Amino acid sequence: MDFKTPIAKAQGLGSAKTGTMHWWLQRVTAVALLPLSYWLLAFLSLCVSASYQQTLTWLQMPWHSACLAAWVLAAFYHAALGVQVVIEDYVPGEARKILSVWLANLVFGLLALTALLALLRIVVKG
Amino acid sequence: MAINAPRPTSPHLTIYKLPLTAFISITHRLTGILLSAGLLLFVLILSALAMGEASYLTLQAVLQFWLIKLIYWGFVFALCFHACHGVRHLFWDAGYSFDKETLTRYAQIELIAACILTLVILLAV
Repeated sequence: MDFKTPIAKAQGLGSAKTGTMHWWLQRVTAVALLPLSYWLLAFLSLCVSASYQQTLTWLQMPWHSACLAAWVLAAFYHAALGVQVVIEDYVPGEARKILSVWLANLVFGLLALTALLALLRIVVKG
Repeated sequence: MAINAPRPTSPHLTIYKLPLTAFISITHRLTGILLSAGLLLFVLILSALAMGEASYLTLQAVLQFWLIKLIYWGFVFALCFHACHGVRHLFWDAGYSFDKETLTRYAQIELIAACILTLVILLAV
């Protein structure tokens, strides 16, 4: 007797994967990044011209640090999703493709963590 | 699939002149990759601020180099272009404006909007 449901048999095979979620999250992060990019640009322009204390004070305001942290989460996730599509299109061979996507996710994950920890250190500065 | 037989193949990228929409499409992907690489620079900038005033001042000195300035402006333009064409993709996702005349016109609008946005950002901030 085969007690497996049809969905259990199909999962993990062919196109019964998580493509829809990938596509949807790419859009969700994209829409989030439209307003959040303001905080990136404001922060970058401060780094170009403002004094150390000015930039620190600006970034230590709860609203600004929260929005820049949100930008980090959305941007690095959006980048990982996008680079995955590029890898899937251009890298030949299934094994190399999967390894490349893992590597890209690992790099973006570590970079995002580094950014968030740096932000934390800035926020708790005196 | 083996491609050792000298079979005739369909004319491809090297034959056709790229229409504006195709050029915009590949530029979207290209700017996406460049922006992803730029995230590394963002982490460096944030880390420099986190490490204290001395490293922040070093960062500001580095940001004054003409090549770094060029990369900075390129990053801002790539961001503006990627955002403009991204909004265009959201229109498509919602099922609007697939007809041929609109495609080219929207592509022109995107390019102009990206340039104006870049100028506004670089002059205003």
